[in-house]
Amino acid sequence: MATMKTRIPEVLERHEAEILSDWMKEQATALTQRPDLMKESELRKESTKFLKLFREALASNNLIDIQQSFWEPVREFIGEVSRSRAIQGFSPSETATFVLSLKQPLFTRLRKIHEGQPDYLFEDLWNVTVLLDKLGLYSVENFQKTREDVIGRQQKEMFELSTPVVELWQGILGLPIIGTLDSKRSQQVMETLLNRLAETQSEVAVIDITGVPVMDTSTAQHLLKTVTATRLMGADCIISGIRPQIAQTIVHLGVNLGDVTTKASMAGALAAAFKRMGLAVGPARRQSGETA
Amino acid sequence: MERIPILRMGEFLLVTIQVDMHDRLATVLQDDLANRISATRARGVLIDISALDMVDSFIARMFGDIAQMARVMDAETALVGMQPSVAITLAEMGVSLTGVRTALNVEKGMALLRAKMEEERADDHAPAE
Repeated sequence: MATMKTRIPEVLERHEAEILSDWMKEQATALTQRPDLMKESELRKESTKFLKLFREALASNNLIDIQQSFWEPVREFIGEVSRSRAIQGFSPSETATFVLSLKQPLFTRLRKIHEGQPDYLFEDLWNVTVLLDKLGLYSVENFQKTREDVIGRQQKEMFELSTPVVELWQGILGLPIIGTLDSKRSQQVMETLLNRLAETQSEVAVIDITGVPVMDTSTAQHLLKTVTATRLMGADCIISGIRPQIAQTIVHLGVNLGDVTTKASMAGALAAAFKRMGLAVGPARRQSGETA
Repeated sequence: MERIPILRMGEFLLVTIQVDMHDRLATVLQDDLANRISATRARGVLIDISALDMVDSFIARMFGDIAQMARVMDAETALVGMQPSVAITLAEMGVSLTGVRTALNVEKGMALLRAKMEEERADDHAPAE
């Protein structure tokens, strides 16, 4: 058996056109055909190109290891196709079917060429199955990667959305933080805040962490760094809204918030900021003519 | 040799750093400042670093040293206009420059020094208890 020469390359050489038309038919009935997402002509173009690359790679007679350099063009093409499908909105199985649906047309041809030699037929069928499965998995992998990139980008956008810096008063910036404050987000908070401080030349920044449910040491360190950086720029930083659980965590962790001004509420922080800037808020005095 | 100019404004000295700081320049500045504080009997030093994009740990320490040096010569130091990126880097390095006064811009730094001077004068004029 080991000495048997595979006839898959030969089959492709001889019957490329028939295999292509069979494959197109196969795809038309399979899941992979999505006329709403992709035109038939486009699919035909892709299929033709794939078959050509596949045939060229097969000529190397290496059917096992698709990581080899002869398979490079095929892998690249599959990567490209999977990426574009992921973006167009195909599902993973629809993407994988593109490669896997080639099995049926190939099997049919192999059966004809190996007529009366069941052992050889079995051997070649097995080879094709393994090979196409590998390529199918490879396409799914690429599909997944593209999706992950999209998720990564969305996460980044969410970070930007989730750190608004508001001007509470002339010279006072407020930064309400809502949701878990991980290290990456703390970094974002620090950068946004400092840039806004420089832009607006504000003297006081209030970071309100009422909406932060948990805090770990690295987050606390980041908050402290933010306070230090604010001070280095010449502004004051007040932290407000430390929840009871967080206060306990801070103390248990042994984080020293010594130099940092902390206030129970945003209102308290605002009052402290006013005081620092020499402003005061009081009841409006009634005009003498006005009735009580 | 390249030097950073030190301007005198009344009882304050104004240093505006417009070029990239390197270690030698920093040492020369430190020397010059010490001499000028003593010669002019300045009461305050204002260092504007708004044009500096990069501050390394050596330069940061030098600012701390200048502030301490000025303090023993009875002058206050204000470091003004630090860029956000510089502040982040210094905070990441763990440099907090405690003992150095900071302000957002020259105007605010000047106001800070003036307020400090006035405070001292008020103390001087207050009757001894």
